[in-house]
Amino acid sequence: MGQVNDRSRDIGAFVEAPDDDMVICRCEEITKGEIRRAVHDGMFTLTEVRRYLRTGMGLCQGQTCAKLVKGIVARELGVSPAELEPATSRAPMRPIEMRVFANEAKEGE
Amino acid sequence: MGNCADVVIVGGGIIGCSTAYYLAKQGVSVIVLEGSDHIGNGGSSRNGGGVRQSGRDPRELPLAMFGIKNFWPTLSEELEVDCEYHQDGNLRLGKTEKHKEILEGLTSRAAAVGLDVRMIDGDEVRRINPYLSKEVTCASWCPTDGHANPLATTLGFYKMARRMGARFITGEKVAGLKKVKGSVRKVITEQNTYEGETVVLAAGLASRKLAATVGIDVPMQPVMLEALVTEAEPHMFDQMLGTAEADFYGHQTKHGSFVFGGSSGLEGFTKDDTALQANYSLTAPCICRGIMKYFPDLADAKIVRTWAGWMDKCADGVPVLGRAEETPGLVLACGFSGHGFGIAPVVGNQLAELVVTGKTQVDISALRYDRFRAKI
Repeated sequence: MGQVNDRSRDIGAFVEAPDDDMVICRCEEITKGEIRRAVHDGMFTLTEVRRYLRTGMGLCQGQTCAKLVKGIVARELGVSPAELEPATSRAPMRPIEMRVFANEAKEGE
Repeated sequence: MGNCADVVIVGGGIIGCSTAYYLAKQGVSVIVLEGSDHIGNGGSSRNGGGVRQSGRDPRELPLAMFGIKNFWPTLSEELEVDCEYHQDGNLRLGKTEKHKEILEGLTSRAAAVGLDVRMIDGDEVRRINPYLSKEVTCASWCPTDGHANPLATTLGFYKMARRMGARFITGEKVAGLKKVKGSVRKVITEQNTYEGETVVLAAGLASRKLAATVGIDVPMQPVMLEALVTEAEPHMFDQMLGTAEADFYGHQTKHGSFVFGGSSGLEGFTKDDTALQANYSLTAPCICRGIMKYFPDLADAKIVRTWAGWMDKCADGVPVLGRAEETPGLVLACGFSGHGFGIAPVVGNQLAELVVTGKTQVDISALRYDRFRAKI
């Protein structure tokens, strides 16, 4: 990351695989084939794949599938998983009810 | 591949991507340079998804109306991605007399330009959206407004432009523009030089510094906007919502989650590092309190994620679009002031037309770069 990344470089054609219907992101029900296709559509970073497909955007916020998605994207691009950016963690760390989150500014508690 | 193209676009946000798409579609060669690692990493992925005409300044209203009529209805098909476009109207809500005054002003100015928008009272608001609380006493109602998914739309434009041969390069930070024989032609990055017959500057906030390298100033400043999303909820409503003071907006997505944006009142004074798109701790709880006042039923909905982004707020709140006389070869497309998403398809289309034919179908002269005047 932080490097010049030509999105027109040749990563080869998309080749169907027997395990393409395997569900990788369970919260949003995204399959391995969808993730691999997204890479061939130009989604070269985990952030782009997430925004394009919603991988890791569900209830668990990617705590289950982040590593799997990273491996699939890296293999499709022909790079080491270490070259892909870590997923962005965003507050809150666990889903939290609006009425609880809203309480932050109560005086005297 | 060489570093020359008919058009070099600086900025891989939705404006850059849609301009690249409509250019590539006409066979124009395009290079898009994006400074960050990701396509659409600024406001394009961080906005509230409004596809709105009501509440807009009359100077940009013709663009918004043209876009909603001609581009949004078929965009998902065209981009081969579900843009999740909903055209179920926009309620701009008011609670006080002052709000009513603001809304009446906006409504009469928009109606004068030919938009179907009218004022309604609290009871009619709740007939349209029964979940809204009694605090809402009035609203402007524009039935042809709506919302869409900004992430899918931005990346959809990128995908199709790329497929048609537009070359995208991320992590390519532009340092400045350079004229050759009086025309802006060269785009200098930290490591490379690119050259085009036309250079489109669509770099959001970074545009000011880059325009300055060829002597053009666009008066804008960074203002942080923040948003949050809930877990998926049963379907409640399809309208886009906003408020008189533009301090709260949101909708329910196709996914079922609610996306709401809002402010803490400290915008402009939150954090000064525009490279860091991180939330200000006071804002999300404040948005939650705001939501519960409008929608008491949502108090138990769980927030799963919050995010922040910087808008390129122009001095008068509307974008700078088009060519600048002093700098032949340069097309400006910046200063969208937090409401660029809804007009992005039409802006990209019109800029492509400007580049190819020298004219635009929609009059954008009110958005010229040299419109800014001192007060006396």
